[in-house]
Amino acid sequence: MAKPTKEQKRELIMLGALRLFSTEGFYTTTIPDIAKELKMSVGNMYNYFKSKDILAKEIIKYISSYLGSELRKINDKDITSKQKIDNIVKIYFETALQKPEMIEYFLRIYLSNREVFKDGCEGMICVTDFVTEIMIFFEEGVKSGELRDQDFFSAFGLFMGYLGGMVFLHGEKVLPEKLDSYVDDISHNIYQALKADEN
Amino acid sequence: MKTKVLWIQGLACNGNAHSFLTYSKLEQFLDDFEFIYHPIIDSKFTLSDIVNNFCECEILLIEGSIADDYKRSHKSIVEIIKLYAPHVKKIVTVGTCATFGGIFKDSPYENSSGFLYLEKEKIDKFLEYEDKVISVSGCPVHPEVLVNTLYMIKDKLELPIDTFHRPKEFFSFTVHNGCTRNEYFEYKVDNHNFGEKEGCMFYDHGCQAPFTNGSCNKILWNEVNSKTRVGQPCMGCTEPEFPRINLYETKKNMGIPQYLPFGVPKRAYLTLSGVAKAFKISRLEEELF
Repeated sequence: MAKPTKEQKRELIMLGALRLFSTEGFYTTTIPDIAKELKMSVGNMYNYFKSKDILAKEIIKYISSYLGSELRKINDKDITSKQKIDNIVKIYFETALQKPEMIEYFLRIYLSNREVFKDGCEGMICVTDFVTEIMIFFEEGVKSGELRDQDFFSAFGLFMGYLGGMVFLHGEKVLPEKLDSYVDDISHNIYQALKADEN
Repeated sequence: MKTKVLWIQGLACNGNAHSFLTYSKLEQFLDDFEFIYHPIIDSKFTLSDIVNNFCECEILLIEGSIADDYKRSHKSIVEIIKLYAPHVKKIVTVGTCATFGGIFKDSPYENSSGFLYLEKEKIDKFLEYEDKVISVSGCPVHPEVLVNTLYMIKDKLELPIDTFHRPKEFFSFTVHNGCTRNEYFEYKVDNHNFGEKEGCMFYDHGCQAPFTNGSCNKILWNEVNSKTRVGQPCMGCTEPEFPRINLYETKKNMGIPQYLPFGVPKRAYLTLSGVAKAFKISRLEEELF
C-alpha cells in the first residue's frame, strides 16, 4: 500500500481526533492520547498540528468543508427550493447517522467551547464553506420568488437550530422514532416557515 | 484647422449639453472644434438650416433617446440622423439616453431607444453605421470624458472600445476604482449617513460603483469631486439598465446584494465578506474627525 501523503495523514489525524473528542470529550483528550490512537509518536503528531487548539480549529474547517461540498451538490441541482430543503434535511440527518462525530463535534465542541475558537475562528470564519452554501440556497430561493425575503439570521437560525436540535435529541436518545423518519415532517415545517407569503 | 461638429438632440433634458459647458478649458476646446450647430452655444447655422440641408461636418454628436415620431424643427429625428450619418467620420452618442435609451426610453413615444441599443439589446435602426459609433454614456456625460474622446478622434488616435462601443480608455474601470471609501468596502463597514465622509454605501445605500463602468473617481467632476466622495451612492448612470429603481437602497435577497462587483463569483464574494464581517475594526467604525 502506498504511503499516505502529508495531506492524507493530516486527514487521518483529524478523523482520529474527531473520534476521540466525541467519545472521550474534548478537554480530557490529549495530544498523546490522539498519537496513541493513531500509533504515532507524539513528536511526529506535532509535525502536523502544533497544538490541540490548532487541531480543533482545523477539524471544524474540515467538517464545514465536508458539509459545504454536500450542500453545494444540492445547490447545483435544478430543483425547487422546497426540494432543496428536503435534500438538505436528508443529508444533515444522514451525516448525523453515518458520521455522528461530525455533527456532535459541531454541536458539543465548536458551539460549546467558544474560548478555544476565539482566535482564528472569529465570527463564522471557520464554518464559511457551510454557511456560504446556506446563504446561496436562501438567496436563490428568494430571487426565484419561492422563499420570503427576510433577515438572514432569522432564517438561518430557524433552519439550522431546528436540525441541530433534532440531532441533539437523537443523541440524547429522547426521540421515540428513528431520526430519518422525521425528514418529511421537518422539511415540510421548514418550507412552511420560509416560503413566500401567498398573495 | 477646426474640426466641424454637429450636436443634435433627440428626447433629452439638456443635461449633457449643460454638463459639457462645465468643461474647464472650453475656450481652448472651441479653438480646436467648431459647432456648426449646438442647442445652447451660438453657432453658424440654425436648427432649421441643419435639418433641411446637409451642412458639412466631421463628427455627429447625438444627445437624447431616439423615437421614430419625435421631431426637431418639424423633421423626424431619424431622418435628421440619416441625413448626416452616411457622411460623417464618427457618430458619438452623448450620454446614456442616446446610448441605451436612458430614462426617456420610458417616454410616451413609441420605440424610444438609444442609437444602437435598447438597454443591452442591440437594435437595427442604425446598424449600418455601427462601425462609426463611439458611445460616451453617463447621466449626464462626464465633460472631460467627452472632450478627451473628441480629441482622440480629431488626432486620429487609436480608440479601443468595449462591447457597447464605449472608449476603453475611460470605461474599462469601475467607478469603485479610485473611490476614497475603499477601506470601508474592504471591511464591510456601511454605517453611513448621506453626505458624510465615513462608510461604504455599497451594502445598504444602493451604491452601484463596483458594477458600473466609468472614470468618475479617476477623472473628478469639476476637477474636485465625485458622487461617492461627497457621500452619495453611484447610481450606475453609465450602464444599459440605468435608471434602476430605489437608487438609495441596496437590493438584497436575504441579506445578499442582488448585484455583486463585476466578475466576482457569488461564493468568492460571500467567503470574503464573511471573513471581513467577522472582525470589528474600531478605527473604521468611528468618525474621522
